[in-house]
Amino acid sequence: MSYSDALDIRVTDSCMRDGSHAVAHQFGADAVRDMVIGLDQARVPVIEVAHGDGLGGSSFNYGFSRVDERTLIKIAVENATYAKIACLVLPGVGTVDDIRAVRDMGVQVVRVATHATEADISAQHFGIARELGLETVGFLMMAHSTTPENLAQQGRIMADAGCQCVYVVDSAGALIMEQVSDRVSALVGELGDDAQVGFHGHQNLSLGMANSLLAIRAGALQIDGCTRAFGAGAGNTPTEVLAAVCERLGIRTGIDLFRLIDVAEEVVRPVMDSEPVIDRMSLLMGYAGVYSSFLKHANRVADRYGVPGPEILLRAGERQLVGGQEDLLIDIALELVAQREAATAAGQGP
Amino acid sequence: MLRSERIEKKVRTLQNRIMGIIPLGGTHERSVTQKTPESTKTLRSCNVNSIPGDMPGPQMVAEVLLSSLTVAIVGSGNIGTDLMFKIMRSDALELRWMVGVDPASDGLKRAADLGIEASAEGVPWLLSHDTLPDIVFEATSAYAHRAHAPMYSERGVRVVDLTPAAIGPYVVPTVNLEEHLGLPNVNMVTCGGQATIPMVRAVSRVTDVDYAEIVASVASLAAGPGTRANIDEFTRTTAGAVAKLGGARRGKAIIGLNPANPPMIMRDTIFAAIRQDDDRDAIVQSVRAMEAEVQTYVPGYRLTADPQFDAGRVAVFVEVEGAGDYFPTYAGNLDIMTAAATRVGEMIAYHSTVPAA
Repeated sequence: MSYSDALDIRVTDSCMRDGSHAVAHQFGADAVRDMVIGLDQARVPVIEVAHGDGLGGSSFNYGFSRVDERTLIKIAVENATYAKIACLVLPGVGTVDDIRAVRDMGVQVVRVATHATEADISAQHFGIARELGLETVGFLMMAHSTTPENLAQQGRIMADAGCQCVYVVDSAGALIMEQVSDRVSALVGELGDDAQVGFHGHQNLSLGMANSLLAIRAGALQIDGCTRAFGAGAGNTPTEVLAAVCERLGIRTGIDLFRLIDVAEEVVRPVMDSEPVIDRMSLLMGYAGVYSSFLKHANRVADRYGVPGPEILLRAGERQLVGGQEDLLIDIALELVAQREAATAAGQGP
Repeated sequence: MLRSERIEKKVRTLQNRIMGIIPLGGTHERSVTQKTPESTKTLRSCNVNSIPGDMPGPQMVAEVLLSSLTVAIVGSGNIGTDLMFKIMRSDALELRWMVGVDPASDGLKRAADLGIEASAEGVPWLLSHDTLPDIVFEATSAYAHRAHAPMYSERGVRVVDLTPAAIGPYVVPTVNLEEHLGLPNVNMVTCGGQATIPMVRAVSRVTDVDYAEIVASVASLAAGPGTRANIDEFTRTTAGAVAKLGGARRGKAIIGLNPANPPMIMRDTIFAAIRQDDDRDAIVQSVRAMEAEVQTYVPGYRLTADPQFDAGRVAVFVEVEGAGDYFPTYAGNLDIMTAAATRVGEMIAYHSTVPAA
């Protein structure tokens, strides 16, 4: 099965949404304009633009946007001639008011994200998005944390609410090979013709590309990438690598590979603070199943309180924190400080 | 025990309670939070306006006790049933009726077992009695409450509304209850609002707060179908009340559901924008005093750490552990709603029996 007559899969580039995490939500207007123009010229079919934590994400908890996301979205819509502009929204953070506003600005795709087991909080958002004539995508985040069967049931809830493509979202970069295809297969089996299935991968275990390929082979028709891997944690499946691999395998993405390779090097890389890397912190996130966008927050909190960043991440995994609970990283750091002080006091005791 | 002895004991209890020694809402073992004299002093020095200004003498207290208000709970689901246990512990409120629509409801069965008049025949049954309740606690849905509200008001029955209908003004006991005690219908905002708005107010009563933001984390098992189907309602209502009641110029609310097993106890983080030269000690003192105030009706409400100051903001970390009446203790989000509603009922009872000055 193909995405359409012309495309075997449809690729969405998220470097202007997931990448927002990597620059602590400090995107400028010029950078977004240049990247949108570049990706659009490289015939990337969908480009996602929003605060990293979705519409309305600008906050103390997640970090304030330097430029209002609606300003950036407007620039994106104005500069895209081929690509559709997509936005992400997390129910509980953004609301249907945000969906209405971006639809009026010309956004064509809305992606509604919930934790993998909490799909029923998205029903209102899908319903209204469809009424507004928007194309809909559902994000089941932290998909590693539940079974393929549960994920399929949650996908059913989204599809029944009006979601047209349910994504297996490996937010922690923790899924390994068959764990991806099993989940995609379960969703394809459950949803049939009612909705497509997609995959969003991270590189924390160096498997973004391989996992994406297994997802395609299991029937996923939409795949996310971030040009130059520009995303949270160890970064995402690099869109230009995805395009290259697909081209070699004869999977049609419609992307102009050589142009995208240039854009990755000449347009996107200069916007990035640094290349995403699988270092101690991001590897531990994949290993412990921790939400990728916790990375910058954990680093900052570790510096602020003088406690080990890896310990914060491991405890976040133990506590089974989900996306959105960035505030509790501070709580974990305070717990570590209190334990350290207690240990010191005990050591000095009689 | 002789009647006079019983009254004397109750008078003593209520006096102590009003002095802040025993929390309102019950003296059962798990809810007792002993206050040190120091914390009581702190409370006073912050000029907390939610503590009744006139301390009643023994005579007046006796009058309060002899004329406690009669109560009906409408809605026999989880919230209504948990509320039942809390109201039953209250000396100021006398629970007489429990009303539902489902004859098989566990809440109605439990109410009947406890000797409360219980019926599945809805509000018309309740209002067909010769004697009507002084206060109805509505724990149904916004839709149902909108239908019931005119029936109550026609008959002069006061309402504490736990649904999102919000026909009456929002109330948070430690924040603005006194302003609205005389009104026929008051609304309990949201669970996240009850847990966080006191802390926003604690900061805003010390310094100007341009922006406040709250993050509520709730165990998935403690988020009911109503909340799930309309999570935007929570986000909008709470954000609005964070600003209006909390005293911030702008408010924002974020809610997350966490399916961790074992379930996580409700957590709330309150961020408030402050200025570099604000008096941090005064903020900490005010926040700690507010913690003590909320503890008088939610014993499991506590800061997990001292308030944290960073560039341009203060962050307050709260855990809300429930009393474990009908809900498991992790469901602090539900417990704080029923505990706060009970407190509102008690304050209405106190207010309506103390002669005007």
